[in-house]
Amino acid sequence: MTTLEAAADAARDNLAALESEAIHIFREVAGEFDRPVILFSGGKDSTLLLHLAIKAFWPAPVPFPLLHVDTGHNFDEVIAFRDHVVEKYGLRLVVASVQDYIDDGRLVERADGTRNPLQTQPLLDAIADNKFDAVFGGGRRDEERARAKERIFSLRSAFGQWDPRRQRPELWNLYNGRHRPGEHVRVFPLSNFTEADVWNYIAREQVELPSIYYAHQRKVYSRDGMWLTEGPWGGPRADEEVHELTVRYRTVGDGSCTGAVESTASTVEEVIAEVQASRLTERGATRADDRMSEAAMEDRKREGYF
Amino acid sequence: MSSLLRLATAGSVDDGKSTLVGRLLYDTKSVLADQLDAIERASVDKGMTTPDLSLLVDGLRSEREQGITIDVAYRYFATPNRSFVLADTPGHVQYTRNTVTGASTAQLGVLLVDARNGVVEQTRRHAAVLAMLGVPRLVLAVNKVDLIDYDEAAFTVIAKEFAAHATSLGYAEGTVLAIPVSALQGDNVATKSENTPWYSGPTLLEHLEEVPVAPDPHEAPFRMPVQYVIRPRTPEYPDYRGYAGQIAAGTVRPGDEVVVLPQGLKSTVESVDTADGSLDEAGTGKSITVVLSDDLDITRGDVIAAADNAPKVTDEFTAALCWLSSKQLEPGARVLVKQGTRTVQAMVEELNARFDEQTLSIVDAPEKLELNEIGNVSLRLAEQLPVDDYTVSPRTGAFIVIDPKDGDTLAAGLVGHRFSQLKGVTEPEVA
Repeated sequence: MTTLEAAADAARDNLAALESEAIHIFREVAGEFDRPVILFSGGKDSTLLLHLAIKAFWPAPVPFPLLHVDTGHNFDEVIAFRDHVVEKYGLRLVVASVQDYIDDGRLVERADGTRNPLQTQPLLDAIADNKFDAVFGGGRRDEERARAKERIFSLRSAFGQWDPRRQRPELWNLYNGRHRPGEHVRVFPLSNFTEADVWNYIAREQVELPSIYYAHQRKVYSRDGMWLTEGPWGGPRADEEVHELTVRYRTVGDGSCTGAVESTASTVEEVIAEVQASRLTERGATRADDRMSEAAMEDRKREGYF
Repeated sequence: MSSLLRLATAGSVDDGKSTLVGRLLYDTKSVLADQLDAIERASVDKGMTTPDLSLLVDGLRSEREQGITIDVAYRYFATPNRSFVLADTPGHVQYTRNTVTGASTAQLGVLLVDARNGVVEQTRRHAAVLAMLGVPRLVLAVNKVDLIDYDEAAFTVIAKEFAAHATSLGYAEGTVLAIPVSALQGDNVATKSENTPWYSGPTLLEHLEEVPVAPDPHEAPFRMPVQYVIRPRTPEYPDYRGYAGQIAAGTVRPGDEVVVLPQGLKSTVESVDTADGSLDEAGTGKSITVVLSDDLDITRGDVIAAADNAPKVTDEFTAALCWLSSKQLEPGARVLVKQGTRTVQAMVEELNARFDEQTLSIVDAPEKLELNEIGNVSLRLAEQLPVDDYTVSPRTGAFIVIDPKDGDTLAAGLVGHRFSQLKGVTEPEVA
């Protein structure tokens, strides 16, 4: 066997193991919880999550609805993709709208216009109102350091909060989903995927993604070293020059704080090559919200953010 | 050769484990520019002249302030031939429970010692825990060899002492390797060191890449706990009824004779399904959906097993427990046992023994079991369970103990495990 063939074999085995692990997690939750829900943003990780859920229960339909926390600052392509997926698989979609909270005064727009931190309250309310007891998220342990210690079953208090010292040891594949009334469990089936695994798996399974993950022409302006896009969230300011560039997104979040990267990668294979060559993590490259402070994610996780 | 290696690291505080893990990430180019920039800034702030690689893995602010790691963290790195999932477990004495957690899925354990101190109490304790959990291979990384002037004689003393300890725990020759490293300088981590010409073995990374991963014995009898019953009731699949699960041991093929436990119903495998189509054969670890040729009443919690080699079905067994909770265990305690996909009520009838992993000796009939202690208990269950001995079939011999009051995970359990299976353990003398 050549080195290249051996490497290809190795990659295939690794993805097969990750897939089986994720499917096992979905089925455990289906067997042990009353009202699970899949957090679905239309981004690549949540799209992958849904793909694995479909495989876990085939040929039966996915036994969970989707929950989208809509910041109101969405990319049109992503909302169109969300609705397309819901229609295609006959899913039920619950939307928690940050805009509604701002309109009726329950939340106040931040001075910087960023809405990612505002998602926590609508998310927690939606979980409580719908009595969801298990909430699937697309979080991966390789994303950043606070997530490296996240359990696959992550217990949240009645206030949605995460306390690192209350997390249970996870042994073998025996997950403990016990929780008190009002508490819920966040479940992360993609925990052991890396960014490279996600893309390789997307390529292998030919998973459809929103078009903004691939290279396209876009009017952007530079802020804090990131290419931000024009939109209803404001910007560019008078001193920020607009350029038309060929870009793509490595992550998809709130439009006000998700940066594009200059790229000509227009197929999944080209994206994989680009990710392998990249010298920046996906969050470091494209998320203003995580740059706020070293411990930004740790703080938001404690508050009940994804 | 398997392409995914799951490993666990353990060591005492200040052995430089975070630096070693940081070094593995750094040398496999798993660290990207923005992460490096961040640690370089932080290192300068701390007045250091070279980047402090341990900052790559010291995750939570609370840890950075205290300078210790407080929980199992998972790290990912890859070489062209293998991907690695590394469970980084803290070394502080009261956190042995994290070692148990990290080791439960590990195929290899990396124990770290400071070359100046050699094998210490923590090392022996961690090795005993890894042995008990059946981690097939150990590496002793003798770190900070730069601080003993790359002295071969000192390294050899440590390597020999550890090899003797590992042998007494049941590790065969060839499953344990000691490597002289300096995580700080990079010696023998990913690059062969010029400072240790007397060492002819592989670097740590070479060893991790090449070490054979014990394959699950192909002939192991088939076991699959049923997670979920798939019944689409759609126009396309009006009568489909499949049993979804992940294969815990062995392989399964259409036509295999199986028995469903605890009921003892026999049937034949009609098909082994996945969303990608039906399979001719599926092996350990694969998530599948099994369709049987008979219409049986099977639910979550049942186990489908090879008909000619089924696990025993019982409502009492003895087991080793690694006690992970600050609530202590006393005889008569009522608990929940989760094994496979079934959770049942249970009572701890007796505490038979406590294992002193430091002296490798056994204390008979202890009054209680406390946090981080390892004991042997007799359990009585409210229902019959199909169980295997952990040493024969880990995934169907493993269970967790849950507190019925607050749902906390109290212990890791190993069905049938006796400490005398660890060679060299001294049984108490009979009076």
